[in-house]
Amino acid sequence: MADTIQLSRRSFIVGTGAAGLTIGILAACSPGGGETEPPIANGPPPPEVNAWVHIGVDDVVTIRIARSEMGQGTLTGLAQMVAEELECDWDKVVTEYPTPGENLARDRVWGDFSTGGSRGIRMSHDYVREGGAVARMMLVQAAANRWAVPVEECSALNSVITHTPTGDTVRYGEVAAEAAALEPPADVPLKDPSDWKLIGKSVNRLDTPGKVTGKQLYTADIVLDGMLNASVRAAPMRGGTLGSFDASAIADMPGVQSVVQVDDTAVAVVADTWWQANQALQALPIEWQPGEGSDYSSSAFEAELEAGLTTTGQTFPGNMAGDVETAFAGAAQTIEASYTVPHQNHACMEPMVAIAVWTPERCEVWCPTQNGESALAATAEAAGLPIEQCDVHKQLLGGGFGRKGAADYVTQAVLIAKQMPGTPIKLLWSREEDMQHGFYHPTTKARCEGALDADGNLLGLKIRLSGQSILSGLMPQALMNGMDPYVFQGLLPSGLDPRAEDQTLKYTFPALKVDHAMRNPPVRPGFWRGVNANQNAIYLECFMDELAHAAGRDPLEFRLAHLQDSPKLAAVLTAAAEGSGWGNEDGLSRGLSCFYSFGSYTAACAEVTVDEDGKLKMHRIVAATDPGYGVNPQQIDAQVAGSFVYGLSAMLHQEVTFENGEAQETNFHTYPSLTINEMPDVETIVMPSGGFWGGVGEPTIAVAPPAVLNAIFAATGKRMRHLPLKDQALR
Amino acid sequence: MASLKVNGKSVTVEADASTPLLWVLREHLGLTGAKYGCGIAQCGACTVHVDGQAVRSCVFPLDAVGEDSEITTIEGLSEDGSHPVQQAWVELDVPQCGYCQPGMIMAVAAMLEANPDATDEDIDYEITNICRCGTFTRVRDGVHLAKTKKA
Repeated sequence: MADTIQLSRRSFIVGTGAAGLTIGILAACSPGGGETEPPIANGPPPPEVNAWVHIGVDDVVTIRIARSEMGQGTLTGLAQMVAEELECDWDKVVTEYPTPGENLARDRVWGDFSTGGSRGIRMSHDYVREGGAVARMMLVQAAANRWAVPVEECSALNSVITHTPTGDTVRYGEVAAEAAALEPPADVPLKDPSDWKLIGKSVNRLDTPGKVTGKQLYTADIVLDGMLNASVRAAPMRGGTLGSFDASAIADMPGVQSVVQVDDTAVAVVADTWWQANQALQALPIEWQPGEGSDYSSSAFEAELEAGLTTTGQTFPGNMAGDVETAFAGAAQTIEASYTVPHQNHACMEPMVAIAVWTPERCEVWCPTQNGESALAATAEAAGLPIEQCDVHKQLLGGGFGRKGAADYVTQAVLIAKQMPGTPIKLLWSREEDMQHGFYHPTTKARCEGALDADGNLLGLKIRLSGQSILSGLMPQALMNGMDPYVFQGLLPSGLDPRAEDQTLKYTFPALKVDHAMRNPPVRPGFWRGVNANQNAIYLECFMDELAHAAGRDPLEFRLAHLQDSPKLAAVLTAAAEGSGWGNEDGLSRGLSCFYSFGSYTAACAEVTVDEDGKLKMHRIVAATDPGYGVNPQQIDAQVAGSFVYGLSAMLHQEVTFENGEAQETNFHTYPSLTINEMPDVETIVMPSGGFWGGVGEPTIAVAPPAVLNAIFAATGKRMRHLPLKDQALR
Repeated sequence: MASLKVNGKSVTVEADASTPLLWVLREHLGLTGAKYGCGIAQCGACTVHVDGQAVRSCVFPLDAVGEDSEITTIEGLSEDGSHPVQQAWVELDVPQCGYCQPGMIMAVAAMLEANPDATDEDIDYEITNICRCGTFTRVRDGVHLAKTKKA
């Protein structure tokens, strides 16, 4: 086995390039730890207190974080959860990621590693807090044992245990080793939320300092001893495969070490530096074989989506209530409108990247991933080794947004490394490769119809969704009799499936029919921040605005009239509207929206102007969210503003179109992202009402675009129903 | 063989003359703070200073760098993270994933060096970096906070 991978995570050294610098890999593996190393005084450090907590003799508390950090702040939030119950000194907290291999070897002691669906905190808060509480109880017990006093006479605060009757104190670091030797308690009471001191407090992120000095390492920054660099190109057309390539044509180019076939679809150049590898790859003569989907055209597919809007053929019912046909038959007025949302790419700032080292005995990977365990499974499969002989060292993600839940780039890195045993291979995708091989936000259209009585009351609503199903593309085994329930995200009835209860419709309508005509293009779909809530919120909330205007009613009042069964959604909507000064006549045009997804109640009020030339200025968006509990309010504020950038970038500028099976948008010049000059002020009202755990990273993305689109209508009287706005005239 | 002055130190590198400065810094000098994001000067994650000017190093070839040019990277902006922009960024928790932030910070630092009283309009004009996490509201606040620290 190569020396490079015999070394443990904590001990091996990374050399960097010609400057001969050495950097401890720990910095990369300790996402919130900066440069602090776990304490080693005289002799070996104490063992961990439990799986979640290690305390050094100098009281440094290392909290293990199972979920991935990609900017969303979960790392700090989860550390807050553990520290709350641990009663430790927050200033001495550092974090580290256990590896998925360690999780496997320890019978999944850290639970699920997957980080998506805004679940990082809300699906692990109980056992994570319990991990902190268990550690605290063991530390206190150890102190009581040392003093030979009843444990009930001892209490812990700020990493110090006090024997109340005598006033004796001992620091956590002094009893950590003794605590580690104790049996964990069976009965572990958790604090009542009213007693929380750290949960709910705006604390600074643990991982900021390294991000402003350049010291924070991302996967692409890691250099392993003897490492080579790879750039890859897979068949650019959907369904294409690798025909042939002429390695001899680039054999003499600077730095080139090898040209390898990766799988049936891709070829990679391996060179001394990535720049050399990528230059050579661009010069490599490659012939591709077209396959199924290689003639795919987005513009041609439009007709199929259109047909789905009115088909009387197969559709899947998503939410049916009352007698819709009778409602429409008796209407004084009916209106209808159709909307379009195109394919979009995640375009994480950090392109796909992974480092792999393969030997016949072992394979290790360093990568950004939203799912360490699936990355490990992909590693083992590509390596052709038992999973116990593989491991994945998770790194901080340079953005994820759902893209890095897939492990395609990990598989590629391992398949390349496998052809060069013992040599660490760093595979970095070019931006062009990233744009061409995304897991794209699905394309859909919707046709909405509403029936109103003579007094402007809504009698019935129909929403026909036409388009792509994520589940049928990614996990067809999850379909329910062919239906993708997730297509109806945020529009689902309550009581359908407990797993979907956090994605249900909160309006109450007298009659409702939501159904789906599935139309799947040969473009692989993916989970893109907010997922199907993005388009469903546009369809529902823009059409609610259209209905309100057709009914001659105020859009706020009209919505509230249908929120009688959801006081929480009504509360955030009202807060956003009042926060913005809904109804003010101040030269600004306002638009509203509200939506429930990922277990959180969200609303937005956008303030815009559109000048005579049709130029849009988004002045401010007032947002309100009720995620149940708010762990770190200042980070919720950051997520709200950030989610708006992601959602509004798509609304304004972004679509991926395919011709001859190839994505036509190849980089940020043709797939622009919102920049600071377009950015509205964002005022976030965080209003956690308690009693439930909702998500934070995704839910609010859904409300920004419909609020802005409705505000544009308020300014211009023109409905913008097809995304992106791009070069469409607003007037 | 090319001679460069990076973060106050003279260094020599063996790299093809057409190699972009970004890759010279990252792969030859071990200075990985500047990031690759697009390779076509669109995103700004690779921003460094050449003689005080913010440049997108992914399209700045090695042979365009003068021997006497002073190159500053995020690693050389301050020795200890004490530059006013870095301080403001920490105080406001500006970064999310952080990948674009070395470039963002270098762009802001160059702007404030030339224009210590930068207004919102100046920020709109000068700071064109892409941040997919969407840190812009805090970037703007951070610029204004850095101005007070610099003054």
